[in-house]
Amino acid sequence: MSADIVAGTAQTTAGGLHSRLFNRLLEFGLLPVLLVVMVVVFAVAEPRFLAMDNLENIGRQSVYLLLITMAQMLVLLCAELDLSVGATVALVSVITALTMSSVAGGGTSAIILGVAAGLGVGLLVGLVNGVVVAYLKVPSFMVTLGTTSVATGAALLLSNGAPVTGIPLAFSDTWGTGVFLGLPVPIIVAVLVAVAVYVVLYWTTLGRNIYAVGGNADAAKVAGIRVNWVLISAFLLCSGLTALSGILLTARVASGEATLGTSFVLLSIAAAVLGGTSLFGGEGRLGLVILGVVFIGVLSNGMNLLRVSSYVQQLVIGVVLISAVALDRLRARR
Amino acid sequence: MTEPCEPLLRVENLTRRFPGVVALNDVSLAVAPGEVHVLLGENGAGKSTLIKILAGVQPPSSGQMMLEGRPVSFASPREAKEAGVSTVFQELSLVPTLTVTENLFLGRLPTRGGLVTRRGLPALAKEALDRVGAEVRLDARVGSLPRSAQQLVEIAKGLMGSAKLLILDEPTASLGDRESDQLLALVKKLSAEGVSVIYITHRLKEIAQIGHRVTVLRDGNYVGGLGPDDEIHDNNRLVELMTGRKPEKLYPRSPRSTGEERLVLQELHAAPDVNGVTMEFRAGEIVGIAGLLGSGKSSVGQACFGLSRVTGGKVVIDGTEVTRITPTMALRRGLVYYPSDRKRQGLALVRPMYANITLGSLGPAGVARFGMVNRRKEQATARAHVKRVNIRPGDVNRRAELFSGGNQQKAVLARGLLHDADIHIFDEPTVGIDVNAKADVYRVMDDLAQAGKAVVLISSDLPEILGMSDRVYVMHDGRVAAHLEGEAITEGSVLASFFGSKTNDREIKV
Ligand SMILES: Nc1ncnc2c1ncn2[C@@H]1O[C@H](COP(=O)(O)OP(=O)(O)OP(=O)(O)O)[C@@H](O)[C@H]1O
Ligand SMILES: [Mg+2]
Repeated sequence: MSADIVAGTAQTTAGGLHSRLFNRLLEFGLLPVLLVVMVVVFAVAEPRFLAMDNLENIGRQSVYLLLITMAQMLVLLCAELDLSVGATVALVSVITALTMSSVAGGGTSAIILGVAAGLGVGLLVGLVNGVVVAYLKVPSFMVTLGTTSVATGAALLLSNGAPVTGIPLAFSDTWGTGVFLGLPVPIIVAVLVAVAVYVVLYWTTLGRNIYAVGGNADAAKVAGIRVNWVLISAFLLCSGLTALSGILLTARVASGEATLGTSFVLLSIAAAVLGGTSLFGGEGRLGLVILGVVFIGVLSNGMNLLRVSSYVQQLVIGVVLISAVALDRLRARR
Repeated sequence: MTEPCEPLLRVENLTRRFPGVVALNDVSLAVAPGEVHVLLGENGAGKSTLIKILAGVQPPSSGQMMLEGRPVSFASPREAKEAGVSTVFQELSLVPTLTVTENLFLGRLPTRGGLVTRRGLPALAKEALDRVGAEVRLDARVGSLPRSAQQLVEIAKGLMGSAKLLILDEPTASLGDRESDQLLALVKKLSAEGVSVIYITHRLKEIAQIGHRVTVLRDGNYVGGLGPDDEIHDNNRLVELMTGRKPEKLYPRSPRSTGEERLVLQELHAAPDVNGVTMEFRAGEIVGIAGLLGSGKSSVGQACFGLSRVTGGKVVIDGTEVTRITPTMALRRGLVYYPSDRKRQGLALVRPMYANITLGSLGPAGVARFGMVNRRKEQATARAHVKRVNIRPGDVNRRAELFSGGNQQKAVLARGLLHDADIHIFDEPTVGIDVNAKADVYRVMDDLAQAGKAVVLISSDLPEILGMSDRVYVMHDGRVAAHLEGEAITEGSVLASFFGSKTNDREIKV
């Protein structure tokens, strides 16, 4: 028998080498290969691409998407979807800025209150999403579409559609453009959060339960997992991370903006799926998802350098998303 | 039925490899017209793989098939069906959100001018269901039916239209005696009409009832074939061929001492079909619950675990009444339920085997503390339990869906055993499990009872009820039709109560 097994591995299925390669690619995704190819193409077409400050730029620009993509991933793993991440960023931004600017004297207390208010309102959105999905069994697609509209409306209403100024300088100097130990602060935050998400996903019961609920909610329930709690936790974590991203973004642009973050919905789903997260739940690896974010970051940076128009960029991102989803289906069918 | 006539189907040197596994290795067989050809083998022997290749679900790695002397290879089950090969697969292929009728006509709803017409469908559907003795509402959603009813719908669907070759992969696995007998009679009739049948089963007694020829597979290899002249009724011989070992004693019974009441049901009413059931289960005994499809036996187990709504009466665990039961709460009170439907309630198929075994039981298994998982310990625990219930292959990192049906069923058992519970409710625990593995499951149940646990065995498999139970409740129409103990547990007495003849507690001689 063991000899058979060896023989089996040696010459997998009918197609031999080709299909074996193809299977490998499906397993890890085409992503690493595509990424390398893309980097080479950009580097050849535009030498500035590989310059140190451009690479740092890519890092700085990707931080916000990274946080939101990890957030989205947690929800996707549960076989749900959060369309409200973009609107949450906008609302969090406006609330944070309004709070900070309304605290007399600015300073540290303004910053703390502003951050707390921003996180609070973000978590509130997550709570509503989670509770309605878990207890009322409304598809997350519908619920988060609804909260998107509510949050966007609230952000516009509160800001009168104009940027909210009056943010303490210290806030944007530290959390927006600050540097610590030679690294941009937002990047440090994102790395720390990524480590935390890794620990939650792979080393905690909650992480396991998230995968289990997405894999088969009925089986999870029969196995004694409190499915509703897991769903609510996932939506809360998602909104919390999204709020964090919104706060950092607010520091970066030094004002509260109701138009911030609309592109994150599409991009976060694209990056997560590109990184092999299944839309059907229960499958996805954090490492690859981070690679998915890098992919999108490099793609838009490269296109910017090459002066590709933003219309064309949108088109390209759309094609990438559809290809990623198609690949997801192929993998599922294998 | 002997050689002179040309075989309808000839399979030559079929091989199928998966990464790391050879599921079929150079297997050949021939099926004569009108022959019922039984495929026999342990879990993971390659039976389902063989029929998936025949039915066009997967291509072989090498080898070929000839239908009526012509080489064929089907790209899809549909193509196979058009060529006269109809298949009922082991894993149900029904759409849970559609109705029974819609499922029966899935993908071939008659159209008129491009629009679906439903005229005449109910009559056709009714006819198809009557053929297999399925008593289900045509407009019921398939997902709301018990597994046995779903299986009948699946069979009815496979039998629609005409076929030269009918392939049935463990069709009776989750059926009771009455439905099984009806199906076997139908297979016999079709065979007499000249239809060839490939039939997979783990129930050896069915071979004697309908089989003409048996092919035995082991680890993907052909290990023997028995024809009409051989003794295909000799179960011991078959088991030996299948496993390469002498058959073990199937039903163990170590000395047990009955203790106090663990679980008591008083006038329990529960959705959808329990209408006033009073039962008690004590420490250190195995109590069977028998009954036909629709008798409510499965719902009793589900209700105790919070999976069916309790609408009246009481559930008492260890002396305290529990209301608004949820699985989480039941587990905490020491009651564990082993679901019968591995695909729907048992496994997260895309997750690896180890994660399925520790699913929801990280804490109880002692591999997580304060919400943090000890991954090394988790792997070790999963490995130990894979060994304990003998899941093969033993690679715990493989996705659950890549394991054979019987091995998936064993994973559900392994998980329940991680809980140190006092009450164990098994719902059809041996569905799709091979003879040896059955013996393993029974041994586990016996061990539990001996260790002073209350064991409940809900089953449609009469021999297993008779072989394992200290006491038996027979249910009919949502009520207890008979309560039998010791000597009174006989095939006759259980069967008699299936149809509701009210033999009551007088039969018990304590
Ligand atoms: N898609 C797959 N990828 C990898 N291995 C597979 C795949 N499908 C089946 N196998 C392996 O092939 C072997 C044969 O499986 P198969 O389902 O044919 O068994 P079986 O005889 O039908 O068993 P059972 O009685 O449990 O249904 C098993 O070891 C199984 O793990
Ligand atoms: Mg099988």
